[in-house]
Amino acid sequence: MLVSFKWLKDYVDVDLTPEEIADKLTMAGLEVDAIERVRPGFSGVVVAKILSIRPHPNADKLSLCEVSTGERSFPVVCGAHNIHAGDVVPLATVGATIPGGYTIKSSKLRGEPSEGMLCSEEELGIGEDATGIMILPDKLAIGEDLAMVLDLDDVTLEISVTPNRADCLSIIGIAREIAAMTGGRIRHPIIEFEESGRDINGLTSVTILAPELCPRYTARLIQNIEIRPSPAWMRLRLEAVGLRAINNVVDVTNFVMMEYGQPLHAFNFCALEEGRIVVRGAREGEAFISLDEKTRILSADTLMICDGVKPVAVAGIMGGLHSEVEEDTKDVLLESAYFNPSSIRKSSRSLGMGTDAAFRFERGIDPGGVVRALDRAAQLIAQLSGGSICRGYIDEYPRRIEAVQDIPLRSEQVNRILGTQIDAGRMKETLEGLEMTVSEQEPGVYLVTPPTFRIDITREIDLTEEIARIHGYEGISSSLPELMPGAVSTSDSRKLRHRIRTILNGFGYSEVINYSFVSPDSADILSLNENDEGQRFIHLKDPLAEDLSVMRTNLVYGLLATMKKNISAGNHDLRLFETGKIFIDCGEELPREQERVGALVCGARNDRSWHFDENVHADFYDLKGCVENLLDALGIRTIRFTAPCDRPFLHPGRSCHLISDGRIIGFLGDIHPDVLEKMDIKKKAVVFEIDLHSLIPLAEENRFFRDIPRFPSVSRDVAFVLDEEVTVIHLLDLALKKGENLLESIDIFDVYTGKGIPEGMKSLAVRFTYRSATKTLTDSQVNQVHERLVETIARDTGAKIRGLDI
Amino acid sequence: MKEALENLREKADHEIEAATTREEFLDIKTRYLGRKGLLTELLRGLKDVSSEEKPLLGKLSNDIKKSLLEKIEAFLAHIEAGARDKALHEERIDVTLPGRGVRYGKVHPVTLVESEICEIFRTLGFSVVEGPEVELTYYNFEALNIPENHPARDIHDTFYVTDTVVLRTHTSPVQIRTMEQQSPPVRILSPGKVYRPDSDISHTPMFHQVEGLLVDRGITFGDLKGVLTFFLREIFGSGTRLRFRPSFFPFTEPSAEVDIQCVMCKGTGCRVCGNTGWIEILGSGMVDPEVFKNVHYDTEDISGFAFGLGVERIAMLKYGISDIRLFFENDLRFLEQF
Repeated sequence: MLVSFKWLKDYVDVDLTPEEIADKLTMAGLEVDAIERVRPGFSGVVVAKILSIRPHPNADKLSLCEVSTGERSFPVVCGAHNIHAGDVVPLATVGATIPGGYTIKSSKLRGEPSEGMLCSEEELGIGEDATGIMILPDKLAIGEDLAMVLDLDDVTLEISVTPNRADCLSIIGIAREIAAMTGGRIRHPIIEFEESGRDINGLTSVTILAPELCPRYTARLIQNIEIRPSPAWMRLRLEAVGLRAINNVVDVTNFVMMEYGQPLHAFNFCALEEGRIVVRGAREGEAFISLDEKTRILSADTLMICDGVKPVAVAGIMGGLHSEVEEDTKDVLLESAYFNPSSIRKSSRSLGMGTDAAFRFERGIDPGGVVRALDRAAQLIAQLSGGSICRGYIDEYPRRIEAVQDIPLRSEQVNRILGTQIDAGRMKETLEGLEMTVSEQEPGVYLVTPPTFRIDITREIDLTEEIARIHGYEGISSSLPELMPGAVSTSDSRKLRHRIRTILNGFGYSEVINYSFVSPDSADILSLNENDEGQRFIHLKDPLAEDLSVMRTNLVYGLLATMKKNISAGNHDLRLFETGKIFIDCGEELPREQERVGALVCGARNDRSWHFDENVHADFYDLKGCVENLLDALGIRTIRFTAPCDRPFLHPGRSCHLISDGRIIGFLGDIHPDVLEKMDIKKKAVVFEIDLHSLIPLAEENRFFRDIPRFPSVSRDVAFVLDEEVTVIHLLDLALKKGENLLESIDIFDVYTGKGIPEGMKSLAVRFTYRSATKTLTDSQVNQVHERLVETIARDTGAKIRGLDI
Repeated sequence: MKEALENLREKADHEIEAATTREEFLDIKTRYLGRKGLLTELLRGLKDVSSEEKPLLGKLSNDIKKSLLEKIEAFLAHIEAGARDKALHEERIDVTLPGRGVRYGKVHPVTLVESEICEIFRTLGFSVVEGPEVELTYYNFEALNIPENHPARDIHDTFYVTDTVVLRTHTSPVQIRTMEQQSPPVRILSPGKVYRPDSDISHTPMFHQVEGLLVDRGITFGDLKGVLTFFLREIFGSGTRLRFRPSFFPFTEPSAEVDIQCVMCKGTGCRVCGNTGWIEILGSGMVDPEVFKNVHYDTEDISGFAFGLGVERIAMLKYGISDIRLFFENDLRFLEQF
């Protein structure tokens, strides 16, 4: 909210600078976001007196004025006709600037010299009257700077008012805060006016059909007004707080809303059919044209102000176009009401009408200030428009808005929460300074009744906050709570995530964080079939964009999108990983959230440097090695990699599942060329994704030491020539299933196809390592076992042993 | 005999003088000192000399042998050292060429800062607890004293899934879930992703928060100040000036916004701090009794405070990043700087 510093001073005496006030407000919970100096859009304009006027010899429409600034006089050519000798007027002297970027120069107009320019309000940007030269009050001192004598310089404070402080959405509200902080006193406007003519009750009526939504509606009638622009003082006040001046009635309603925080509305009384007001809910689907000339389709729970026939305003939000106060309006019905805050909020949201009035009503206005604001506005309208205020006012008040009274306050409890030793007497004074009524029940125990505008204060804790706020948070000394040793714990998944990050970093993988929402098209791009779990998206009702409209069901898509972005940014060699949740709609109220770790590799296998051939690209086995070593580092030894893998976005011949205990816990593989094509990615990529939660029970926390072997091992190398379709895992399984306890390890050290190997066959070079824990093995002991193993393998797979003709 | 020995020494010395290669020295060594060498041959005549002369000649011949050997060994050693030097010289490399190996991967800056925050609070006895990101409106709003159709919801623009399910707008629901399960004392930290529909230079629709909750007997606003002051000085430096000022959150009362002195201008006023010299860094407050009532805690017996902060915001200040969207563009040239 914008607050004019000058306007504030109408209600409270302030000795402090705007900066000091801003600091005090901020430290009392009314954060000042910006302090702005407001200057009029002109400079070098002075107060001058017209000494004489005579016609221009060469132009009928111009006249020649002799104007004085006291010290000297100037000839000025002027085109306006509202001026007379003796008038006091604004003179833009040579060198002055006026709004629009004009600088006044000395010139000749039709042969006559002109040393300056007499200005209208509009030309000075301080009013809308462009019909003639602005006539200043006679009492102004000639020669003085106009901005200074009219007191046009101001400072505005932009204040963020928190949702609980509805009472501060007005100049007086802010003034009250300043008074409470500085010990000053509030000067309320003096509301005095004469009523005349007939009683309002004989002229109109108010019927409330929806008392829950409209607990109170008050009205006054002002007749025989003359609509015209508001005087400069009013316009300047409104413009300073960011409101546009319109006419002397609408401006008053805005002025009083800013002054007291009570939104008001003025109806053109003649436009009200049957000359009366009915407050009711809208009819479902009813159309209504609001002031902004937009047609609104209403729903039944929107509260409407109607005349005898039709709606004339959306209650508390905006008036209607057809009952608007216009130039020829003679009589106005002035509304000051209290509407149900959540009803207004709901309507303003659903209609998309966030007006100043709605903003205040939905936060809750002062129920005790409704009539005061009505009277204040009536007074000002009569004053500015020359109208007469009918006798009496209407006050329909079907539902009393109960103010909270007698809140118990225990000073001991306040100090217990704050950790302070504030004296009970001081608490009482503080609350009284905030216009609360405090009565002592017993020493240190009070009953507190807040003023009606403090609708936010209903409980002891609310009073506690007020005491803390005014006492100042700086005044509360810091302390540290006692430690609870041994109570700190970290979840297993968090620990595992941390270890995985560290390990993958070691393999050169950098962490990315992608948005959790993706495009629903991602499912098709990844070729997921309709029964795939990955199709069970959680949809957002109002996404920011279509491509951010569903929650991801895998990490792969995000990794690929990140890869694509990086490649187009010129980053070609990527090793990326992410840990994060995926979301699967399981038909329950909340989705299944599963944490995953995923990684992607593409581009050169090694750093681009003089050591390596940059044309060697990372492939399946690079990432598989990464997964194997990751699992090994985590102490997980029971995961198997099995093909075929059914993930449709992976290359069918270059992908596998990760299986733990017969359960699929992840996948690894090349991205399917179709997917790359659909995403317009021109590079190969390999990815893996593992369910992080499944790894937790597998990752051993405690490892037991095994003795370092004391006896030497013996190795035997064999090259099997076998069918290309025989997998290494099959061969390893065969060897391990034999259960030879001397066999320590089997390693594949070469895979070869090509010259010397028949078509459809491959050569696998395998190293068998044997060791006994109790003795050094002899050749014959090793041979016995080794031959058995080789023979089993050869028999089962039909393998030939290279160099041997078995 | 003595003369013969002296001659032999002289001759051998000449030859040693003239020799240059390892082979020549080895040849000299064999020819004079070998088993069939000249000196060895000469000494065979020692048995024919008189017993008076014997010790003298014996000593002389030993001296000659020793001195020849020393000289030859010295030259050999010298030659070998030269050869090693040469070899070493030939094996030299340009040590300024870059080394070989896998470049260490980087941790995302959001993770770095989040971990740092969690570590600091660990030292104060806070346990880390996580919770669902798609959350019931009850946990996200109502249980936290944010009723429907209340202006307090303005602070939380929300992604709705259904009327009762949202993407959590803060990690506070974890606090409710924890308090439902556990009786006081509670001392937890809940980091994680949160979502609000907003996207510009300082907002992304997803970001990270760390929220904390401490509930026990006798917890005061002073404790809140103490804990948060400790934390902020750990993370921004011990000299960091801070201020606590009243604010409003539906789930805390009294509420406090905490500002640190602007890290860019040190309080003199700049663009980053909007010329105020202060930067808003976290929100906090004493847990509102309504919240305690929702989890059936006795507000007369216990009290507590809660706080929350944006991880990206801290990372931006720490690293001088001005556009929050960079965190989620995941450009390698950004990620590799951390």
